[in-house]
Amino acid sequence: MTTQEVSAVFTPLRKNWWLWVKENLFNSWYNSLLTVVLGTGIVYALLAALRSLFGFDYTILRVNLTLLMVGQFPRDMLWRPWLSGYLLVAAVALAAGLLKAQAQSKAEQAGLPFTKTRPGDVLRRGWPVLVLVVILLSLTQTITPTLLTVGLLAMGIAAYFLGRVIPARGRRLAWVGVVLLVLGGYLALAAFGGRGWSQWGGLHLNVFLTIAGIAFAFPLGLLLALGRRSSLPAIRTMSVTYIELVRGVPLITILLFAYLAIGFLLPENLKPSPITRILIAITLFEAAYIAEVVRGGLQALPKGQVEAGQSLGLPAWKTTRLIVLPQALRHTIPPMVGQFIALYKDTTLIQILGVLDLLNVSFIINTQPQFLGQGLFILTMSFAALIFWVGSYTMSREARRLEKKLGVGER
Amino acid sequence: MAALTTDGLSARPPFWRSLKFIRWSIQLVAVGLSVAIVFYLWNNLIRNMRASGISTDFSFLTQALGVNIAGSDISPGAPIWRGLLVGIKNTFALVIVGVPLLTVLGVLIGIGKLSTNWLVAKICAVYVELFRNLPPLLLVYFMFNAVILQFPAVENSWDLGFVLINQRFVAFVGFVGQPGIGMYWLVMGVTLLIAIWVWIWRTRRWEQTGEPHRRVAWSMALLGAVALLAFLILGGPIALSIPAIDGRVATGGYQGLAQYFGVLIALSMYTASHVAEITRGSILAVAKGQTEAANALALKPTQRLRHIVLPQAMRIAIPPVISQYLNFTKNTSLALAIGYAEITRITFQTIGNGHPAPQMIALLMASYLVFSLTISVLVNILNRRLQYASR
Repeated sequence: MTTQEVSAVFTPLRKNWWLWVKENLFNSWYNSLLTVVLGTGIVYALLAALRSLFGFDYTILRVNLTLLMVGQFPRDMLWRPWLSGYLLVAAVALAAGLLKAQAQSKAEQAGLPFTKTRPGDVLRRGWPVLVLVVILLSLTQTITPTLLTVGLLAMGIAAYFLGRVIPARGRRLAWVGVVLLVLGGYLALAAFGGRGWSQWGGLHLNVFLTIAGIAFAFPLGLLLALGRRSSLPAIRTMSVTYIELVRGVPLITILLFAYLAIGFLLPENLKPSPITRILIAITLFEAAYIAEVVRGGLQALPKGQVEAGQSLGLPAWKTTRLIVLPQALRHTIPPMVGQFIALYKDTTLIQILGVLDLLNVSFIINTQPQFLGQGLFILTMSFAALIFWVGSYTMSREARRLEKKLGVGER
Repeated sequence: MAALTTDGLSARPPFWRSLKFIRWSIQLVAVGLSVAIVFYLWNNLIRNMRASGISTDFSFLTQALGVNIAGSDISPGAPIWRGLLVGIKNTFALVIVGVPLLTVLGVLIGIGKLSTNWLVAKICAVYVELFRNLPPLLLVYFMFNAVILQFPAVENSWDLGFVLINQRFVAFVGFVGQPGIGMYWLVMGVTLLIAIWVWIWRTRRWEQTGEPHRRVAWSMALLGAVALLAFLILGGPIALSIPAIDGRVATGGYQGLAQYFGVLIALSMYTASHVAEITRGSILAVAKGQTEAANALALKPTQRLRHIVLPQAMRIAIPPVISQYLNFTKNTSLALAIGYAEITRITFQTIGNGHPAPQMIALLMASYLVFSLTISVLVNILNRRLQYASR
């Protein structure tokens, strides 16, 4: 044994940073070379990035922050998006609390260990969102948004713990409350003199199109997936044709179709607004992809489950509803999150149609007279990139975590 | 018989309870409903188009395109169908160069993520997480507007000797045939055939005697030697054409539009991040015993990767990677945003010039569909061949 090996064996607990560096950065001559070259490059790039970060004039983002977030939503009605945000955060936090409470009751019944979520876990999992919120608030011009955000956080935490402490028999009612809150989130924007989705814009529009697109496409996708696995040849053929046709073309062609040509397919008196057309296109497009996700879940189900249902004498639709879907859909949650992320990124395509989404706003604010031709494009694009990145990254990490958790529970 | 059927016990259930009837009626209703919807929409389409005085056939394809396509010989007077063909060609130009580019990049980064060098592994992981989670359209815009448009104007192009770079195009060194070029190609063609034969011969010999085959060295040496000899004997049948700036245009060499490179690089980097994840997953999916067996045989790490791990990982990786190639192909439609004249862009422009949208978009979708469906059929065949018999 060399001295090195001896020290590695006998002092395993002492963190020897030099040994770590030697093993992970300089373990052979070419790795040493790589480390030196890449390390120099990274230090240089980071310094350059930092320098340009401080060199920028952030006025363009400060002035246009509202436009970037909610587009041209009437400025005297900004309380509506805030109210909507409060209701939706309350819904999500309440749902999270309820799910956690349900998991806890289940674990206690089965006598399994149950790990509580610690504030540290939330910080570790949600740090990109927190950083983004701090950046956004640092760009605001008044104190109001900061106060409102603090209020939002406090209310979210309160709603979570409310969901945790609601007793088991009240949970059904609480879920109704969640649905009502989501509905309220929409009505706060659109009803009582508000503005419907045709006049939404900015990041708000991207998020709305993602959520609404998945929500509308899900029932259609579920039917298509069941149709694709049906034993009836006509239904199977029609489902496969639809799925393969839609998956064979880019989203932009379907968007172009909905935007430019769907008017021809509808009766003359029916003229959907641009955003509604986009929503139709996204729904038709996503349905095919969701169908494939659900099919994956259906295929993962052991055949014995269906056979068990049949041997109990259940009719086919009851076997599907009571035995197949509850198990199959649980498998589809992680890939469904992946689909959600893909759609979130794809909503930027509506920029091509001239709709004022986040990408388009970050594009055209460069043509405002006071910012024209100042090379701020890189700044506004990076800002949009940051927002999209934080959302996608956080969701994909959560999906991976969920995948692991579901996988462990399965075996 | 009559007595038996009336006692109610052995009577057949009514016909509408029979499985056959239920199956048939469900299918008939579903098909009927779909046909009715399609018929209704089709009817609306024809009626609405006639009402607004738009032609309902494809005869407009012979009318003038009305736009210039940069980087091609298409003038505004050329018919629309020729413009569309150029669009398809330009889409292919992106795919043909982009697929090898993104594969090399993706595989390198995927292997890099498993590197024993902590820094390399971290950089590759950051690359994957960064690019995977950004909208491809944003990347295309960023690459074009924030990077390429910051390059110098044509007059002040960066001149790297064999490459010229500016914000409008990239010009590479090209080759120009001199007298004797035909003879040269003939000689090289024959040599190539001989080189292939040498390759096979070395392989056979290796299989029979076990002596190292060195087939790459053998055939490459042959090709290189003949290429050099023939070049000297024929008195230089190929000359270099070095790009140079002449006022506001470049002369000589091969030129590629800046838009082309913007889309190509942005989408390749985006798709490479997905390919990297697939590569990494596939390498990890190769059974651990295989690596241990390679170590037991005292293979070097590079040999282990080259001969044991990668060939097996490839079988796992091929279906998802091809699906990424298809995604890349579909994403080339984003070139529309920065004005590279591929098929979607030309369709969009033609519709903008007042030609009927339904037919144009149908043609557009059909071109992508033909491509996607062909590839998926090929993949299915390839996949069946590649899988081990036991699986």
